[in-house]
Amino acid sequence: MKENILIIGGGAAGMEAATQLHKMGLNPIIVEKSEALGGHIAQWDRLFPAFHPAKDVVEQMLDNVKDIKTYLNTEVTDIQRNNDGFHAVLSNNETIDAKAVILATGFDVFKAERKQEYGYGIYNNVITSVELEEFFRTGKDERINHPKKIGFVHCVGARDVKVCNTYCSKVCCTTALKQACEIKEVFPDAEVYTFYMDLRMFGLGYEDLYLKSQKDFDVKCVRGRVCEVSEDMDGKIVIKAEDTLFGKPLKMTLDLLVLMCSMEKNKSIDAIQQKLGIANNSDGFMQNKDMYLGMNDTAQEGVFVAGACTAPKSLPDTIGEARSVAVEVYNYLNK
Amino acid sequence: MDFGFCLSPSSHVKMDNVDLTTFNRLKETNPDINTCIACGSCTATCTAGHFTEMSFRRLLLMLQRGKEDEAKKMIQRCMLCGKCTLVCSRGINIRKILLDITR
Repeated sequence: MKENILIIGGGAAGMEAATQLHKMGLNPIIVEKSEALGGHIAQWDRLFPAFHPAKDVVEQMLDNVKDIKTYLNTEVTDIQRNNDGFHAVLSNNETIDAKAVILATGFDVFKAERKQEYGYGIYNNVITSVELEEFFRTGKDERINHPKKIGFVHCVGARDVKVCNTYCSKVCCTTALKQACEIKEVFPDAEVYTFYMDLRMFGLGYEDLYLKSQKDFDVKCVRGRVCEVSEDMDGKIVIKAEDTLFGKPLKMTLDLLVLMCSMEKNKSIDAIQQKLGIANNSDGFMQNKDMYLGMNDTAQEGVFVAGACTAPKSLPDTIGEARSVAVEVYNYLNK
Repeated sequence: MDFGFCLSPSSHVKMDNVDLTTFNRLKETNPDINTCIACGSCTATCTAGHFTEMSFRRLLLMLQRGKEDEAKKMIQRCMLCGKCTLVCSRGINIRKILLDITR
């Protein structure tokens, strides 16, 4: 009989781990709380650094898991360890007995209204990076109406003690420059500014994207954190920041302000995580055994982690971890 | 009558009123002008910069922040030795841009 592996979360990490475990002859079961597989990446239009359509990747991943048992609109409501592994109860009252559990629960997007000084939810022309991506994907957003001047704010909800997120969210720098280029494609006459503190372009092709944004798209990068946003009488956005390279405070009127929201731990899994005995790390994400050789292991035997549930991660990072967790689970079962 | 106090002028850069004519003219013939990452190599190697306020990366910012007069004053310190062009990690032809500014 094939051995069951319970995978909580049907995003990139969950789907890829399931794909690999299935190839190894095991029986992965995906439990996804939303109505579709794909996670956050399914809401994305194009991927950095090369503007690759996210749809291509997601469709391939969906095709890979088409023969794998999947529960949608379903959550794990209870889980207990027994002599044979784990016994999980689902919200549809079905039960699953599994040899191992993989937590692939991913992240939540930082709620931009928590940074009140940026005026999200108060001023009409302040939007989030997720909403801009939605505009690229669907072409629909009433607030984006031929803007002439556009600003991007980096590190919204990241590297910020005031919201208790001291970590870097890893993907927003590259996403900001990708979106800056894309909005120039849609509105070639627009002036695009990004407000950064450091540009963390660490991966293959990311630095090329930075150069491309400057050279081909005329994106202007201003070093300094936007500290204050207000609205003028015409409904335009007035921002204040310091140009720290120039050493002077700066004021600018914009038609659209985009907030690059960070990743936060997906808290909807907290109850199950607690039942499994997995703690959080200092950034509030799930604690893995160690960051080098035990990144997929946890303090609890038979419970594994993959993807952005342990820290902010890019899609290639997540896929890499999902594949490695499959190997870890396979080795654990054959011990 | 002098009461011993006055209003200080705002030091804010008002980006809405900045005249970018010179910078945009330079950009047409020197598209690499946009690619500066403010590493400061140009200023660190600059002989004039060791004795004066000359700094090419700052000069570029001045042109983009409406301080063209200050920029033109600064440029007089340059001796056109071209060391900045040799060290620029983005490969910007700084010497040519400096010449073009005064044209």
